[in-house]
Order: sequence, then C-alpha cells, then structure tokens
Amino acid sequence: MASRTKTNKELFFNGILNENPIFRLALSMCPAVGISTTVMNGLLLGIAVLFVQVFSSCTIALMKDHIHPRIRIPTYTLTIATWVTVIDLVLAAYAPVAYKAMGIFVKLIVAFAIITMRLEMFASKNTVQASFWDGLGMGLGFMFAMMTLGVVRELLGMGTVLGYDVLGFRPLLFFVLPSAGFLVVGLMMAMFNYIEIVYKGRKKAKQ
Amino acid sequence: MKDSRRHLTLIALLLAAMLVLAGCDTGHRFVKKTAFKDGDKIVITFAGPVDEAWAKEKASYGVYEEPDPDILLPIRDIGLSPDRTKVTLTFDDRLNTAQAHILIAKEILSEGRSLGTATLTVKKLYFGLLLSIFIGAMLVNNFVFTKYLGLCVFFGTSQRKSTAVGMGITFTIVIVFAAMMAWVLYQFVLRPFQLTFLNIVVFIGLVSLSVQAVDTILRKVNPALFKAFGVYLVLVIANCIAIAVPLILADNEYTGLESFMLALGAGLGFLVALFLMSSARERLELANVPPSFRGLPIAFIVAGLFALAFLGFSGMSIH
Repeated sequence: MASRTKTNKELFFNGILNENPIFRLALSMCPAVGISTTVMNGLLLGIAVLFVQVFSSCTIALMKDHIHPRIRIPTYTLTIATWVTVIDLVLAAYAPVAYKAMGIFVKLIVAFAIITMRLEMFASKNTVQASFWDGLGMGLGFMFAMMTLGVVRELLGMGTVLGYDVLGFRPLLFFVLPSAGFLVVGLMMAMFNYIEIVYKGRKKAKQ
Repeated sequence: MKDSRRHLTLIALLLAAMLVLAGCDTGHRFVKKTAFKDGDKIVITFAGPVDEAWAKEKASYGVYEEPDPDILLPIRDIGLSPDRTKVTLTFDDRLNTAQAHILIAKEILSEGRSLGTATLTVKKLYFGLLLSIFIGAMLVNNFVFTKYLGLCVFFGTSQRKSTAVGMGITFTIVIVFAAMMAWVLYQFVLRPFQLTFLNIVVFIGLVSLSVQAVDTILRKVNPALFKAFGVYLVLVIANCIAIAVPLILADNEYTGLESFMLALGAGLGFLVALFLMSSARERLELANVPPSFRGLPIAFIVAGLFALAFLGFSGMSIH
C-alpha cells in the first residue's frame, strides 16, 4: 500500500515538474502565448484543462480493454471532444464573463496535443487510479505554467496580481500586449534551459 | 483557347454588371446613393438639394435592421452638407454593418415640393465584405501572429523553407475542404435540428475525415503531389487552426462564399507566417546564439518580433 501511494505521488509531481507540459515538453503553446495576460485567465483555462485531462484519462483507462488499437486515436479525440463540450457548456452557463475573455480557446482544448499525448502514452496502458493521478499532475502542471506566465505578464504589464494593485505603477505596458506572449514564453524557456545547463555543469564538477 | 477567353470576358462582364447593380439600386429616384460610414453613420446622397428643416428633423427618418422591423435605431445627430444634397445620420450605437439596414425617409421635401416617402436599403458591397473577410483572416487577424493558434505545428515545420511551403500548401487545401464540409453540415444538419451544442465533436471528426479524404484523393489524382506533400497531412489534424475555422464560421453564421474566403485566408495566412518564419530561422542557424537560447526559445522571440510587426496591420480595415 505504501509503495503505491508513493508511485501516485511521483506520478503527480512528474506532471508538475519533470514533464511540465509547457516549459519542458513544449506542447500546447497556443494558450500559453494567447491568453496568459492575467493570472485569472491562466487559472480558469488551467481548471478547464485539468477537468478535461482527468476525466478523459479516467474514461480511456476504463475503456482501454475494449478499444481496438486501430481506431484508438479517433476514440481519444471523440472522448476529449465530449468532455470539452461538457466544460464548454458549463463555463458558458456559470461563468459567462470569463468564458467570453477566453474566447475560442476553451473549445480549442480539444486540439491540445498534451491531452491526446497523455492518453496515448499513459492512460491506455495503466489503471484508472494511476491515470487519475497522472492526469491530475499534468493538469496542475499546465495550470502552474499558465499562472506563472500570467503572474509575470500581469505584474510587469499592469503592476497587479489577480487584479490587486501590488506595485502601484505600470512598469512596462508592453507585456500586456498580445504579442509579448511570444517573448515571455521564449525568455522563460531560455531561463529553464539556463538553470538546467548550470545544474548539469555543477553535477559534472562534483564528479 | 479562344473559348476560354470568351468565358473569361463573359464572367468579367457579369461581375461588372453585379457591381453596378449593387451600387445603384437604392429604391427611390431622388436618392442617388446610400452607404455606411465609420461604423456608426449612414450617408444618404440625394439627386438635388433637400429642405434643411425637413432634413434636420429626426422624425423624418426611420432606420432598422432588415430582420427586425420593430426595433428602430435611435439617431443621435443629423448633418447636412453645405449644398444640401448629402445627409449624414449618426447613431447612438455602432451599426452592425454586416447586416442590411432599411432606411425610411418620410415625405422628402425638396424646394418646398414633397417627393413622397422613400424606402431605402443600405448595405455593404458584397465583394467588399468578401475581400475584407479574406484580408482579415490572412493579414489583419493572422491566425498565427495575432490569434496565436496552430503554434505547435508552426514551430515544428518552420525550420526549412521547403518544409514550410509544403506544409502551408497542404494545410490550405485541407482547410478549404474541411471548412466547406463544415459549413454544409452546420447549415443543413446541425442548425435545423438544433444540434449546435455538438459543434466541437462534429467538427473535430470532420477535420480528421477531410484529412483522410484529401489523402485518398491526392494519392489517386496526383501521385507526384502526394509524394511531395503527403507527409504533412497527418500534422494538419494537430493544428488548432483547422478546428478553429469551422467554429468561427459557425459562430458568425457565415454564408458559403464567406466561409470559403475565411478558410482560404486562414490557409494562406498560415503559409505566409510559415514562410516568413522559416526564412528567419534559416538565417538564425548561422548566427551565434547563446546556448540557453538555442532552438525553441530564440524561435519564440523571433515570432514575438513578427507578431509586433503584424500589429501594424491592425490599423487596416476595409469597408
């Protein structure tokens, strides 16, 4: 029992850190660039993706023995599309303002490569419980990355975090502009690469 | 050869006739022209001078959108040109210029004579609308640089110019094909049976299906082309533009021709973006980039600069 909880925990943190969908795997870049202008947007889309990822993973893990290998990709796509429709209708009904701010991106979760990839690589080979933790980790990893980008852009662009005034002035309005998304994502990736290079260099020096 | 030229002339004549008809048909002999201006104004040009007292009276006009005759649009201000032939109506709200408007000018008074009531149709030129959708999808709202869609495929296939052009052309073919099927399905199946909540499920299936269809057709019809572009077909499914275009044309209730223009604009816009990016990245390979920026990070920063440049198109709009 103890060993299983440990694997679950590992699965969970794998998605957040080691295989972070945006910074490490460089998948699902569209929303990372498109709507990470504020923390709130990142949080909401993160929740939507988390929901779709967890439920699709569990559905596929449940059905994996009944899916013919040749039609597995269409099955994944339809499963994701179903859950995206559910979250799309729920958000449109209960959070209309946020839904409008995110525009077409909620519907486009269906085309996010990360979800299909997790179904193909993990959920189709593992138990429901393991898939649940894997999906949760991946979803939270995506949410974490989106919120990090959101914090950077909102703080530097508007001087606020989650709408609260933190700095009292606007350092660089440029960061709120949509096109700054590319630059911020690029700089963040470079930062992660830099940390990795330094870390590896130290490890080598130790040996 | 001669035959085809005669056909071309015929088509050109037909187009010219349609343009002339669309521009002149106002519905009253005293009114020369009606047109939208600046999004919240309508300009009426009369054949002769009208009386100022009549022209400045708000009760003389009634304006509504063609489908809802009950909702009269409130007029804020009326301007009259010095020679009294041009009346500019300013409205409280922005007009939905994609919609035809009906303008009723009651009992037009000119030099003291009444010329009767005129019922006028105000609408944008259809070719202008089509062109604005096309240019809009291709440059002003370029799907890659201003809507941030299709980035995975965009960064994946923009390393070589030849790959970029191949991907762009394949994508354009598939997207036009998929968008037309989506339009037919949406207009004749999903909407009449009130199944629009199934949009996402149906359209994603349709995109995969049309990729398969284009694959089969291309393989049979033009094997040489298939050899060149076949490898990119699978990547089209992973491109979110392919699913975004059907969703947009369903949301905006576009007609068949408008959907075609949107899909063509989206495809060519993607081609333009890919070509620009691949040209820059080929040069980047020779540059001395710091190790932590190599690969994707520097590509993102270059894309950011392109996106800034594309912001310049946002001032462009065609009416």
